Amino acid sequence: MSGVVSGEVLIEARGVRKHYPMRGGLGSATMVRAVDGVDLQIRKGETLGLVGESGCGKSTLGRLFLRLIEPTDGAILHKGTDLTDLGRRELRVRRRDLQIIFQDPFGSLNPRKTVGAIIAEAYAIHRLGSRAERARWLGETLDLVALPREAAHRYPHEFSGGQRQRIGIARALALKPEFVVCDEAVSALDVSVQSQIINLMQDLQQGLGLTYLFISHNLAVVRHISTRIAVMYLGRIVELAEADALFARPAHPYTRALLSAVPVPHPDRPRNRHVLPGDVPSATAVPKGCRFAPRCRFAEGRCGETDPPLSRLQDGSMVACLLAADGTLPPSGEVV
Amino acid sequence: MEILAVEGLSVRLTSHPGQPTILEDVGLTVSPGEVLGIVGESGSGKSMLALSIMGLLPPALAMSASRMSLLGHELAGEPREAWRTHRGRDVAMIFQEPMTSLNPVMRVGTQIEEVLRWRGGMRGGAARRRALELLEQVEIPSPRSRLGAYPHELSGGMRQRVMIAIALAANPRLLIADEPSTALDVTVQAQLLDLLRGLRRDAGLSLILITHDLGVIAEIADRVMVLYAGRVAETAPVRTLFDAPAHPYTQVLLASIPDITIRRPRLATIPGTVPAAGNMPQGCRFAPRCSYRHVLCERAPPALRPLSAEHEAACLRPFGELPA
Repeated sequence: MSGVVSGEVLIEARGVRKHYPMRGGLGSATMVRAVDGVDLQIRKGETLGLVGESGCGKSTLGRLFLRLIEPTDGAILHKGTDLTDLGRRELRVRRRDLQIIFQDPFGSLNPRKTVGAIIAEAYAIHRLGSRAERARWLGETLDLVALPREAAHRYPHEFSGGQRQRIGIARALALKPEFVVCDEAVSALDVSVQSQIINLMQDLQQGLGLTYLFISHNLAVVRHISTRIAVMYLGRIVELAEADALFARPAHPYTRALLSAVPVPHPDRPRNRHVLPGDVPSATAVPKGCRFAPRCRFAEGRCGETDPPLSRLQDGSMVACLLAADGTLPPSGEVV
Repeated sequence: MEILAVEGLSVRLTSHPGQPTILEDVGLTVSPGEVLGIVGESGSGKSMLALSIMGLLPPALAMSASRMSLLGHELAGEPREAWRTHRGRDVAMIFQEPMTSLNPVMRVGTQIEEVLRWRGGMRGGAARRRALELLEQVEIPSPRSRLGAYPHELSGGMRQRVMIAIALAANPRLLIADEPSTALDVTVQAQLLDLLRGLRRDAGLSLILITHDLGVIAEIADRVMVLYAGRVAETAPVRTLFDAPAHPYTQVLLASIPDITIRRPRLATIPGTVPAAGNMPQGCRFAPRCSYRHVLCERAPPALRPLSAEHEAACLRPFGELPA
C-alpha cells in the first residue's frame, strides 16, 4: 500500500550490469554476473518491491540505483540525469534526494557517536543550516520516527533492535530525500517489532511523499507494502507486475515456484506447493538461453537457446519467459 | 508412552545478581510421531528450552525441573552425565546455522561415520555404507560424491541436510530443530520442511520445531506452544491456535504478521519490547504491553490452565476473570 502514485518515473535503471571479477586458482578471472542487464522504472510515490533469493543480485541492484557501486554498463536516470555521468561533487548534491536504510541496525550505526551526531552528520556533510537550524531539524527528524528527543544524547547500544532501526530511518530521512532504498530493512526484527516499523514506513511514505525501492526476501512483507513487485533471478528481472496481480496470477514459472514455497500462516489454507529442485546456480556460470530453464519444469528446447526478453502480457505485467509470452505456458491454477 | 515429558522446568542465570530466570515453570510433552512447534520472539527462552532438554546449557545457567522424562527414563535430578547416554542417541538436535556446527576441516562422510562409530560401534565399510544411506535418506543429490566433500563446498540447504543426516545417525526418537530453516531461502526452506515431514511419516520420528515463523508452524506442527519472556503463554492444537487463540499475546502476534494470501490495510502492533531477564514484571510478563491489562494481572504470573482438552492459556481473560 502506498501514497499517491503518479505515472511519472522518478528513477530508472537502463541496461544496468554489474560484473565482478573473481580470481580463479590459476590467475584466470571468472566474472560474477551479479546484475546482468536490468531495465527498471520506479514511479514517483510508489513502493517497488524487489524480491528474489540470496545471490540473485537484488542488493547489488539497490546499491546501483544510488551509485554506491559503479555499474559495469548501463545508466541510472534520476529525473533525466544519468547518475553515472556525475562528478563527485554533483553526485553528493544529488544524494540528498537518494537514501538507503540497511538491514542490520546493529552494524550500520557508528557505536561511538551519539544518535544526534549520527543523524546530524548529513547536515555537516552537505554544509546545511546554522547550528540552531540543525538542532531544530534533528528534533523534527526524531519526532518523525517517534523517538524521544532525548535519544539524541544517547548511543546506539542503549536502544533495542526496533529503536535502532528507527535511528537508521531517521538518518536516511534527515535530508528529506525523495527516494529511499530499503534493503531488508525489517528482516532482522522480531515479528511484533517488524509490524511497528512497517507501519511507520507506510506512514512516512504517506506524509512525506516518499518513493521506496523495498528489497526483501520476505514475500509476505513485500506483498503487504508494495505497489508493484519485481522478481529477480540470477541477475535479471524475470517478472514485474502490480502486487495483487503478481500474487493472483504469477506468470513466470520461477515466480510461481517462489510463491508456492512461502509458508501460509494457517494450517487449513490451500497450498499449491511445487517444490523447486536444486539450488540457484552460481552467478559465475549463468546458463545459456533462459537462465531459469535448467530448473524449469516447463522448459522446452528453445528455452536453452534463446534468452527471453521482458515482454508485456495482456494484463500489463511484464515477464521474461518464451512460453508465457506466446501463451503456451499452462495457467498457474493447473500447477500442482 | 510419551517420548518426552517435562514439568516445572526453570533455568536461572547464576552469574547475575538476583539470579534472574530465563525460563520459568515450563512444561511440555511430545508423543511418538508428533510435531510440537515452539514459537517465540527473541528473549522468549525458546533456544534455552531446547538446550535444557539436550543437557547442553552453558555453565552460567542452572536448570531445575520436577520432571524430565525421556522415553520413560527420569532424568530430572540426575547428573549431567546421565544425559550423555541419551543425547545423540534418543534425542538429537540441529541448529539454525549448520556451518558453525559442522567441522570445517573434516569431510562430510567422516563426520557422519564418527557418530556411527561412537553411537553404533560401526566401523569401516559398514559405517561408510550407512553414511551413504543416511545421505540418501536426507535426499542429497549425488550422495556418493558428497561423502568426500567438505562443508564449505556445499550450499546452505545441503549443509542443513548433512546436519540432519548426522542427527539421524544414532537413530534418535526425537529430533529438536532450532530455527532449522531461518537462514535458508524460501524455496530451500520448502524442500527442508518436506524432508522433515517425510522423516516423521516414514521413520515415525518425533519433532520439536523451534521457530519465530508462524507460517512454518502452520506448515508442519501438530501442537503449538507459545513462549513469552520465559513463560508458556498458550499451548493448543495447531488449528485451535490459528482459529481461536486465547492469549492476548498470541492474538496480536497472529495479527501482526503480513499474510501472503490476504492483504490487510494495516498490521497490528504490540507496543514496547520483550522485557529483559532480570527486569521482569511482578505479575503477568506480557501485562505491560497488553491492551487488556488490569491491576489483577500485576499481582502474580497467571497459571497455565486448561480451557479445553488440549488447549491451555496463562491469562485471566479467557477464563472470564477480568472485570469487563
